[in-house]
Amino acid sequence: MAAIPKRQLTAGQRKSQRGTEESPFVKWLLITVALLFSLVFLLLPLVNVFAQAFAKGFTVYWDALKHPNTLSAMKLTLLVTAICVPLNVLFGLAAAWAITKFEFRGKSLLVTLIDLPFSVSPVVAGLMFVVLFGLQGYFGEWLADREIRIIFAVPGIVLATLFVTFPFVARELIPIMQAAGSDQEQSALTLGANGWQTFWYVTLPSVKMGLLYGTILCIARCVGEFGAVSVVSGHITGKTDTVPLHVEKLYNEYQGAAAFAVASILALGALLTLGLKTWLEWREAKLEGLGQQAEAEVRP
Amino acid sequence: MSIELRNITKQFGGVSAVNDVSFTVADGQLVALLGPSGCGKTTVLRMISGLEAPTAGDIFVRGKRVNDVPVQKRNIGFVFQGYALFRSMSVVDNIAFGLKIKRWPKAERAARVAELIELLDLNNLEQRLPHQLSGGQRQRVALARALAPKPDVLLLDEPFAAVDAKIRQELREMLVSLHHELNVTTIFVTHDQEEAMEVSNRIVIFDKGRLAQIGTPREVYEEPASEFVARFVGVMNVLDCEVRDGVARFGELEFQAHGTADGQRLRIGFRPYAVQVSNDLTAHRHRAVLRHTYFLGVLLRLELELPSGLIIRARMSKEEYARLNLAEGREVSLQIRQYRVLSREGESLPPEVSVTHSLSLSPGEGI
Repeated sequence: MAAIPKRQLTAGQRKSQRGTEESPFVKWLLITVALLFSLVFLLLPLVNVFAQAFAKGFTVYWDALKHPNTLSAMKLTLLVTAICVPLNVLFGLAAAWAITKFEFRGKSLLVTLIDLPFSVSPVVAGLMFVVLFGLQGYFGEWLADREIRIIFAVPGIVLATLFVTFPFVARELIPIMQAAGSDQEQSALTLGANGWQTFWYVTLPSVKMGLLYGTILCIARCVGEFGAVSVVSGHITGKTDTVPLHVEKLYNEYQGAAAFAVASILALGALLTLGLKTWLEWREAKLEGLGQQAEAEVRP
Repeated sequence: MSIELRNITKQFGGVSAVNDVSFTVADGQLVALLGPSGCGKTTVLRMISGLEAPTAGDIFVRGKRVNDVPVQKRNIGFVFQGYALFRSMSVVDNIAFGLKIKRWPKAERAARVAELIELLDLNNLEQRLPHQLSGGQRQRVALARALAPKPDVLLLDEPFAAVDAKIRQELREMLVSLHHELNVTTIFVTHDQEEAMEVSNRIVIFDKGRLAQIGTPREVYEEPASEFVARFVGVMNVLDCEVRDGVARFGELEFQAHGTADGQRLRIGFRPYAVQVSNDLTAHRHRAVLRHTYFLGVLLRLELELPSGLIIRARMSKEEYARLNLAEGREVSLQIRQYRVLSREGESLPPEVSVTHSLSLSPGEGI
């Protein structure tokens, strides 16, 4: 009991001069915990991916990358990304536009629906498509009669990826468009612009940054999606394996070095995305800073 | 007639924002739409622009009905309250936008933009983005952008609300001189009666979605059509009096009230300038104590407390104040030279009643 007042005293003595600041002890404790956690759970595994990839030398690494199955997985992943990203950019723009510029019944339902892919487990998302389009699914027979394959084929993978990555662009744009309001668009109208001109010259440039940011996140998820794709793909090597599925398959076949080699490509992509995102944020902050600086400088 | 509104009504979800409003604006006028917030003045402006469609009634521009003409085709210049500059475009691109849309040839476009840069004193700011401009500069860019395509009508929504007092004064003067130079029919919305009085040559006053009065600044100030206008335009002392023996009384103040029955209530109003103050305590009938003096520049506003506790506002020049050797706490005598009957009990403010010419109350009369 006697120790307590003493400790309070030391804490009081060490307390920072500023009322809003924590004591140095708390501050450093929090910083250490945060740093340690990031190091152990984020940085270490990432470094490990590259370490494992090169564990058996560069030749093994290179062979794993140029293996036809790896190349085909990469091609498929790029194809799926190339289809899904433009579509979701369009959907995202349309949805964000509808939600922020119009008043209509069922608007809140639409907002909720956009978030659905975030809240549903990707595996469940994949299963939904199997239930719809699989052989035993609702449309299975009809599709089979016409020899259209969706499940265990590329269209299924595209659909599942589309579903999972749907919210990224819309979610990024809605707050920006809401904050911007419709004044700029109305201005354009009073100056004679039609709807398309208004969108092209006014709306699009003003959401440019958010759109880029949303697109980057969308690409990252398209490339990296595993759960939903895993359910619908059928894992046909060289045909319906995307890069993440291929990594898992290699790993399960005890080809550790090869698995990590392919994984390192994904990790590299993730790092690039992160870098791009940071650069965009930095640029935006700089532009903003320039603006404030100029505002302080200009004569009234 | 340049612009005419005929029985315009606008409802939002069953609630009337504008109710049966009719007025005309002649070519080349500078008109203020004045009223407290929520009175429908901005909605009227937006209906003239075409951004909003009236629920009922017709709008004519140069004799042509424009109800069904879309905003793009009305050839109006609109300056939004928050300026609504295109954030991703430079000053030059903002100004040139309307010309680009209307497919002006490049050389003409450049010449017109240069002309407006000069006219609105935007030199050296051409390549700035809106967020790199001060409030006053943004407002000038917004004006330049609206004027660039040579609109038939310039519409401004609370154009000076978002800048500080000093810039506001500069912008007001600029608008007046611009209007003088370009002679474009201009309608602006404001909630600031002082601004409306200073800038416009006609004022349209709104009260709860209805037209309260239209007239020159002098007319609405000196001959208000209703108690609302009288109280909204300028400062007014308003007393709720009771009539006894043909005289309306409030505390020690008495006003002639011919033809009014005993016991009736009568609202009397008088402007601060109508209160005559003297430091000679025998000069006027009423005594009062000077409670507060507000320095408004050349003019001072005085708060005078009568023995009954009633506080009335008076106005005088700095020189007069010094001449009378006044100070807070000093006792003075006063009289009210002009007043106006604002309303009689049980009557719903017919203009005839409120437009009654102000009666002057000579000392001793009816007392």
